[in-house]
Amino acid sequence: MDSRVRVITNKKSISEYIAEIWDYNELFWILAKRDIIVKYKQAVLGVGWAAIRPLITTLVMALAFGRLGKLDVGSPIPYMLIVSVGVTIWLFFSQSLTTISTSLVLNSNLITKVYFPRLIIPLSSIFIGLVDVVVSLAVFAGLCIFFQYVPDWKIILIPFILALTFLASFGVGLIAAVLNVKYRDIGQVISFVVQFGTFLSPVAYLTDAYKTGANGELLYNLAMLNPVTGCIDAMRWAMLGDFAAFNWNSFIPLVVFVLGTFFYSIRFFRKHEDTFVDYI
Amino acid sequence: MTVLSIENISKKYILNSKGKSNDDLRDTITGWSRKLVNSGKSADIKQDFWALKNVSFEVKQGDRLGLVGANGAGKSTLLKILSQITEPTTGSIKIRGRMASLLEVGTGFHPELTGRENIFLNGAILGMKKNEIYRHFDAIVDFAGIEKFIDTPVKRYSSGMYVRLGFAIAAHLEPEILVVDEVLAVGDADFQKKSIGKMRDVSNSGRTLLFVSHNLTAVQGLCNTGAYLRSGELIKYGAIDEVITEYVKNVSKFQLEQAWTDPDLAPGNDFVKIKTIRLVPDESHTRPNLDTSTPLRLEMEYWNFVENAELNVSIFLYSMTGECVFNIGDEAQIYQKGTVKSVCEIPGDFLNDGSYYISVMIVRDRLAPVYFFEDAIAFDILDYREGTEWVGKWPGAIRPKMIGVKSWQTELS
Repeated sequence: MDSRVRVITNKKSISEYIAEIWDYNELFWILAKRDIIVKYKQAVLGVGWAAIRPLITTLVMALAFGRLGKLDVGSPIPYMLIVSVGVTIWLFFSQSLTTISTSLVLNSNLITKVYFPRLIIPLSSIFIGLVDVVVSLAVFAGLCIFFQYVPDWKIILIPFILALTFLASFGVGLIAAVLNVKYRDIGQVISFVVQFGTFLSPVAYLTDAYKTGANGELLYNLAMLNPVTGCIDAMRWAMLGDFAAFNWNSFIPLVVFVLGTFFYSIRFFRKHEDTFVDYI
Repeated sequence: MTVLSIENISKKYILNSKGKSNDDLRDTITGWSRKLVNSGKSADIKQDFWALKNVSFEVKQGDRLGLVGANGAGKSTLLKILSQITEPTTGSIKIRGRMASLLEVGTGFHPELTGRENIFLNGAILGMKKNEIYRHFDAIVDFAGIEKFIDTPVKRYSSGMYVRLGFAIAAHLEPEILVVDEVLAVGDADFQKKSIGKMRDVSNSGRTLLFVSHNLTAVQGLCNTGAYLRSGELIKYGAIDEVITEYVKNVSKFQLEQAWTDPDLAPGNDFVKIKTIRLVPDESHTRPNLDTSTPLRLEMEYWNFVENAELNVSIFLYSMTGECVFNIGDEAQIYQKGTVKSVCEIPGDFLNDGSYYISVMIVRDRLAPVYFFEDAIAFDILDYREGTEWVGKWPGAIRPKMIGVKSWQTELS
């Protein structure tokens, strides 16, 4: 018999909190597995969709911005590669943001019926985006072969940049998830952000494009505050060899943003998690 | 050994009323702006609602505790606190060992996943380790009786299969404390029997059971101790029979007798008025509550204001759901001005357990209703059984023992 005595009160220390999340690691994996299985179930192409989405998005964006918008003029490397990196990051960021922010509400049947550390739900949503990002990278690799382009050693830094991207979406997503429990309006706001973010973030163009035209400096500085700009810049630096230089202007705001939102969002989550069941 | 001790548990909910629900962002924002305009004179009415008030009790190892109480008494809140879905406002609970709660079977089943995948998912949700699930996998599938459909998505399951699978997983958790809420409301008789058997096994193997059900028969049959909650307060804790007696005494909207001494106040009209109507158990009945074995007698007396009236009474007995169980009447007779008395005997071992009510109609000239006295009597009949192991709800509107079944061996082989 398990002779541990558990005490239920309304106070819990941080170490108990973390230990408990660790205790439930099997549930974490199984929820992640469930989300992935369910996403591609009963679809003829299955995981194939994870490849079709970044590929088509890249083609359309490259056509619209590169060819029609004439941004590809004088580009030393194929414009599709530049767009493909942006699309990879953007799809990962937006996918994670959407999944995390709706995760609590979508799992309300679990939250209202059984106990487990609630943080497991948003945490396990990383995997859906991760499957997609791996496939997106494969698409990028395919494009590299097609254009006979060889990236340099910096691609080993990709995991770190993806981790930063996930953390950037995690903080905001977690706060949105908590608010979404009480105010379903947040779901609408997030889908707006995702829709406009595709064009406002440097997905299909280079960061320097902000500088052109009137008020270029102001626009550029504003864009630097967008955490996705930092992620895409860093990813282009890592994946496109000597083409893109490291951009500290966007990287430092990104790190500040990640640190700030991560700790704040966890605190915010802990403060509200006990009342989820009363509002969901 | 005490496995569960509940000390001074209270749970407060805050009810907001602004004359309108405020759970979308727009209302909250308009609420803020209203606050700005009214400069702090908030129109909010915050009301505290205590779902549980200072509940304390202890459960010993191997106890089978039945939790009874009307809807809204706080049973579910207590179970939610025990299973850590929500936290108590004050007080603490000490739990020794693993506790599994079956607040609803099949929790977290995903319709798109197969039975096999859902066993692992649901097991993990209920706190089972992977190797434990592997060990019990065959037993679970066998108990649920779904071998053929194990690789079919559960969205194609019948509701019965769904519930059976859910219960089977939870039943194989082997927790030290099992919390069960209203599982018996679902499934067919055969499955209910299996479930109750499984719960008996749980308690026989020295584990502890917490059982919540509105089916008092099942509670009485399974549990040895009981706790009765009313409006968040623990009214009685002790041996199950005492707790159930206390509960029945409290909840039943018994109306076994109505009487009027003054004809002016009595219900009725210019022709007849009701004087008394009552339902009494036969003198031979000694148990405190009316049960299925109790012979009952309905007595009624009414004033007749018309000379030479040809009257008869017609009695309607309804079940709680409003179905008429029977309607019987007497022979019409000529009565003079004065009072008339009617008596109807309802034998024991005839009605089933449940709530019933009686309406009475007085009829003139064998066809014209004079007065219909509705819902005159309301009563509850408790279950009473001898010589049977079956504790599920006995089906049927009535349970007549006088219609016997005889069996004999016809051939020896």
